[in-house]
Amino acid sequence: MTEPHDRPTVAELVESVREWIENDVMAQVEGRLQFHARVAVNSLDIVLREIDLGPEQAERHAQRLARLGHADDASLAGAIRDGRFDGDLGAVLAELRGAVEDKVRVANPRHLRH
Amino acid sequence: MAGGEREALAAPLAAVMAGATGDATVTDLRRLSGGASRETWMFDSGQGRFVLQRARPGALRGLATETAVLCAAARAGVPVPELIVDGSESAALERPFMVVRAVPGETIARKILRDEEYAGARGTLATQMARAAARISRIDPADVPGLVADDQLGQYRAVLDATGEAHPVFEVAFRWLESHRPPMSAPRVVHGDFRLGNMIVDRDGLAAVLDWELAHLGDPLEDLGWMCVRAWRFGGARPAAGLSGYDEILEAWTAESGTTATTAALRWWEALGTLKWGIMCIMQAQTHLKGVVRSHELAAIGRRVCENEYDLVVLLEELMGG
Repeated sequence: MTEPHDRPTVAELVESVREWIENDVMAQVEGRLQFHARVAVNSLDIVLREIDLGPEQAERHAQRLARLGHADDASLAGAIRDGRFDGDLGAVLAELRGAVEDKVRVANPRHLRH
Repeated sequence: MAGGEREALAAPLAAVMAGATGDATVTDLRRLSGGASRETWMFDSGQGRFVLQRARPGALRGLATETAVLCAAARAGVPVPELIVDGSESAALERPFMVVRAVPGETIARKILRDEEYAGARGTLATQMARAAARISRIDPADVPGLVADDQLGQYRAVLDATGEAHPVFEVAFRWLESHRPPMSAPRVVHGDFRLGNMIVDRDGLAAVLDWELAHLGDPLEDLGWMCVRAWRFGGARPAAGLSGYDEILEAWTAESGTTATTAALRWWEALGTLKWGIMCIMQAQTHLKGVVRSHELAAIGRRVCENEYDLVVLLEELMGG
């Protein structure tokens, strides 16, 4: 809960809408509309996971960027593009693995098993 | 679907079919979901079932090159739908079109990979696709005027830049791909979107290669690498269309094309394909974000970009280590 706001929290609100789509809407529709309802549920699941995991991921990412000597992704991307990491692309990739795994953990955790 | 549009199409289409087959009946005309630049219709006529593809209003690309490549592919022994009417230069249906004979079978990847009906097909499908890709590469480019040679890496570099988004993993991929380019052969005909979803599959395996809209001249391994991109395995366990290994498709491809290729080169193209699909996902999300087409489905695709980043990390780690 984030004061001054009351319950439901944002996560609880999103969850309530998600349940309504899954339990009521999806049972009433079929075909393309049902597919689009499923897409909506998936997006709300992403929102819920980001609410849950986002803050600690942001902290980890800031530390990661600091280790690589950059303030944000844009600056890091530009440096890689300019060849400043060519000497050890493997090392920067190892750092980026953590960032990408965090993104996938929010967007579609099932994708992680390889 | 717009009934008025169907009404307006039925009569001129009947005239087109009468001219081509002598039978003017057109029944059960219905619109299917189509690509970005064209609409797709299915209908029955006296002699069977047919598919009409017609350019969307304002589409930049006509159909002349596609009908030419379809005919050249048929001559080269690639299984393709039979072209019944080449309307690429015709005004009969207002916009350029073509009619092909419908090929029975399934295009939905998940069904092909899981349904009992296709259990037999699954054993041979990936190698059949590799053979088809090899036959495509044997088409004489001179037979298909209008196909343009492109540099996929340079092209998608420009596309990523135009999105204005920062993706450090994609930058690593560009650096690595640029410094590890396999030797390029002379430009050959390439399908350009060679994967499950664009294949009609029946119990015996590959029945037809569809959607030649993105055909161009390039390295023949582009098609083979694309079918190995993880997104196009649709959850299947193995690299090639989710069904077979690298060695199996390379062997089939070599036997058919008479050209050898290394696994390293194939995987370079797989990595490029993964990068390319990631960038295409960004573009789809931006179609929504920029308001061109507001759609929660397109928006959600933006969060699939990181799946490709993850696949690239895994792939590049393997390739750098080996």
